[in-house]
Amino acid sequence: MSKFKKKKGGDLPAISTASLPDIVFMLLFFFMVATVMRDSTLMVKNQLPAADQIQKLDKKDRVMYIYAGEPSSRYADKYGTQARIQLNDKFATVSEVGAFVLSERASKRQELQNVLTTALKVDGDTKMGLISDIKQELRKVNALKINYTTRVGDFAQNID
Amino acid sequence: MAKRSAPEVNAGSMADIAFLLLIFFLVTTTIETDSGLNRKLPPIEDIEDPPIIKQKNIFTVVVNKNNQLLAEEELTDISDLRALAVEFLDNGGGEGEEACDYCQGPGDSKSSDNPDKAIISLKNDRETSYKVYIAVQNELVAAYNELRDREFSRLFPNEGMSFVEANKKYSDPRTSPEEKLRLKPKLSEVKLLFPQKLSEAEPSKTN
Repeated sequence: MSKFKKKKGGDLPAISTASLPDIVFMLLFFFMVATVMRDSTLMVKNQLPAADQIQKLDKKDRVMYIYAGEPSSRYADKYGTQARIQLNDKFATVSEVGAFVLSERASKRQELQNVLTTALKVDGDTKMGLISDIKQELRKVNALKINYTTRVGDFAQNID
Repeated sequence: MAKRSAPEVNAGSMADIAFLLLIFFLVTTTIETDSGLNRKLPPIEDIEDPPIIKQKNIFTVVVNKNNQLLAEEELTDISDLRALAVEFLDNGGGEGEEACDYCQGPGDSKSSDNPDKAIISLKNDRETSYKVYIAVQNELVAAYNELRDREFSRLFPNEGMSFVEANKKYSDPRTSPEEKLRLKPKLSEVKLLFPQKLSEAEPSKTN
């Protein structure tokens, strides 16, 4: 009889977790490779508008970013809810845009200095007045290539 | 002393360490999908004696402070703007030297002479919302792209792609230099047929 008993006994063998680190490392490497570190923390609301006739932005080293929008809720009590410009890590006024562009341009390699694009990452609810002011400043320092950074989507999403 | 074998290091916490790293990268990651509408600003120098442009060659688009769209002084829905712009650009109402042999429009003498002459003038108010402005820009660019696509597939049917696709391929860094060299003249030929003449006036002040 003991012959048959033997089979019934014994619990389920524990699943080996030895390969778990391998799986996790695989994921880790994927994210490390795909990551672009955020170089400045956003201090403004940044819900980009949608567009579908878009072109990919140039390589990262040829782009400088100008953010604009309402200060995010964390900064709202200090800076109010009026739309503002953010350059690098701090709020700026319109008159500082020119100096920012010039210093960004100076920090790039010589051969890239003439092909720089300014990416405007502006919150959809911002008024055009601020953007026109930025554009005017950019024209003054001869930074004429701009890119209105958008989300991919139908234009109808912009109208509510 | 009896010889002891070195104890094995417990690798059980390796997964924890890996998870910690993984979560760090997950949080700091932004898989960048930066794309948008490329535009070129006009240089600031004042042009003396601006060239005289016939009124019929200008397509005025105005977005007012209530985000309403006026195309040629008529209240228009943004969804109709693309078709209106295409019709204007593709009109080809010119005669003689100004005739346009590739235009397929109605040839209305009250609308643009040829795509080279046709200018879209976009004007916005300081109170216009950026979202709406982008939607309008998007539709105007779409009108140009539509016409360029048409001409591209008419002139180069063997390419098997549209102008937009070809342009994307051209600006893709992975495309080989030979391929780029081959595409470049074709792209610029089509761009010449429908040059993007989108003028932006400085915004009007609201009182």
